[in-house]
Amino acid sequence: MSALLGSAPSLVPAATTVGNPAINIGIFALFVVVTLAIVIRASRNNRSAAEYYAGGRAFTGRQNGIAIAGDYLSAASFLGIAGAIAINGYDGFLYSIGFIVVVGILMIFYVIFGGMKGTTWVQIIKAVLLIIGAAIMTFWVLAKFGLSLSTLLGDATTASQDAGGKDLLQPGLQYKNPVDFISLSMALVLGTAGLPHVLMRFYTVPTSREARRSVVWAIWLIGIFYIFTLILGFGAADLVGAAAIKAAPGGVNSAAPLLAFELGGEILLGIISAVAFATILAVVAGLTITASASLSHDIYNTVVKKGTATPEEEVKVARIAALVLGAIAIVGGIFALGQNIAFLVALAFAIAASANLPTILYSLFWKRFNTRGALWSIYGGLVSAITLIIFSPVVSGKAIDPATGKSPSMLQGVDFHWFPLDNPGIVSIPLGFVLGYIGTVTSKEYNAAKYAEMEVRSLTGHGAETATHH
Amino acid sequence: MSKEAPERVVDDPNVAMQNSPEFDQLRRKFRTFVFPLTALFLAWYFLFVLLSVFAKDFMGTRVLGNITWGLILGLLQFVSTFTITMVYARWADRVFDPEAEALAQKMGVQQ
Repeated sequence: MSALLGSAPSLVPAATTVGNPAINIGIFALFVVVTLAIVIRASRNNRSAAEYYAGGRAFTGRQNGIAIAGDYLSAASFLGIAGAIAINGYDGFLYSIGFIVVVGILMIFYVIFGGMKGTTWVQIIKAVLLIIGAAIMTFWVLAKFGLSLSTLLGDATTASQDAGGKDLLQPGLQYKNPVDFISLSMALVLGTAGLPHVLMRFYTVPTSREARRSVVWAIWLIGIFYIFTLILGFGAADLVGAAAIKAAPGGVNSAAPLLAFELGGEILLGIISAVAFATILAVVAGLTITASASLSHDIYNTVVKKGTATPEEEVKVARIAALVLGAIAIVGGIFALGQNIAFLVALAFAIAASANLPTILYSLFWKRFNTRGALWSIYGGLVSAITLIIFSPVVSGKAIDPATGKSPSMLQGVDFHWFPLDNPGIVSIPLGFVLGYIGTVTSKEYNAAKYAEMEVRSLTGHGAETATHH
Repeated sequence: MSKEAPERVVDDPNVAMQNSPEFDQLRRKFRTFVFPLTALFLAWYFLFVLLSVFAKDFMGTRVLGNITWGLILGLLQFVSTFTITMVYARWADRVFDPEAEALAQKMGVQQ
């Protein structure tokens, strides 16, 4: 997935070898115009808090499912482009500050005016474009190999070995340490269940039936997309070649754009590049609406105003929060240039699995769970995941790669790591669960009525908010 | 969970519902379906992860042309995910929801 994001460098002066910047920018501008029109239309009804955060709970399961797939597929791709820009060096740096600012301003506009409804539509359009783009390239690649997966795999492996590479069909090429691979696998499977911007998507549908339909749609779309990427990966290895990919301005992130250029020339490359831009725009908007909703609803209304804020006040605070968070994201994005993205991926999934998941599961299934258990589990999971990442080889102390002359760690020239794994999940996830248990049993506090309300609501749906009607 | 009689006077309608035998049965129905299925899919997923790590030769063995065991088992992970999602959604729509909605309606009348 992240491979698609290598397209950003195709707009960079250094990358003029392939692609036509005018086509890329033209297609991207078309996407911006269409989505802006939809956001402005969607903004007409954004007066109440439920409208602003939850799109009035009026989306269908299919629409929300496509948007979930969009949110999920862009998490990795958003991070992928940072890597592409990072490898791009100084030319990329000049270009990408401009790029970050443009994306940031557009994103703030989408969130402030469109709310959840606007961001959901942006996400739906992006997901459809992404999946159609990947499907076209996949069938194109397969057609070149007589629609035989076996022939494609054989040719790709032969091409790799002829170029002095490895047998691509043997596992363990990238992940040498078995415990690290298990830890990453744990964080990925359990972290997905705790990603806040994906969880918040379930507020946009009216009933549990629609929520389940949206999961069915999302699972099919995400699954099919990953099967496409498998074929695209082998296709790129054969048709473009590992050496050409690594030598391109975006490094490994250039695989899909280079394959697009190989297959369909400037036009297909332009389309794939524009989809990649749309992806970043949509995911940053999705994250910003989640964060601004949480700030205004949970912190401003619940903590500061003790639940007395009017919906209008809450929406106003959410919009100010979106503006401030958007500005912080633009500045942060500029500072994050050149950083190792593996760090951010490990952090996001490990935190979601260690800090969020134990509390979600305990709240749903454990009668006795209480405030201390939740606090210990959330803070314990969060702090242990962050601490272990700071002292992991991702941040410091990896051996220098002779090919690039740099250490793959985030920091160069220092080594303060003592945790041996890249991903903290195998330690911090069980720790989050254990701390939640210990915190709960050492506190006598227990609110029977609250737990009853939650369990009855979660199983029967009684008391859940309904869709707003216009 | 308690088996107290539903007639017991409790101030909170949620607590009364939670302690009723119908709700106990609904909860048991949910858990006996969801918990084993979750355990099964996690075991199946980690079997794939562990085989990839500790049985590399097996996973790299070509079965049909250039298609390896690793690829077949990996694609079967997709198949099992699709199947579980569809089976759960069908079960929830046809078996679980009607009972859950009946209890929710009962709550609505009480209030």
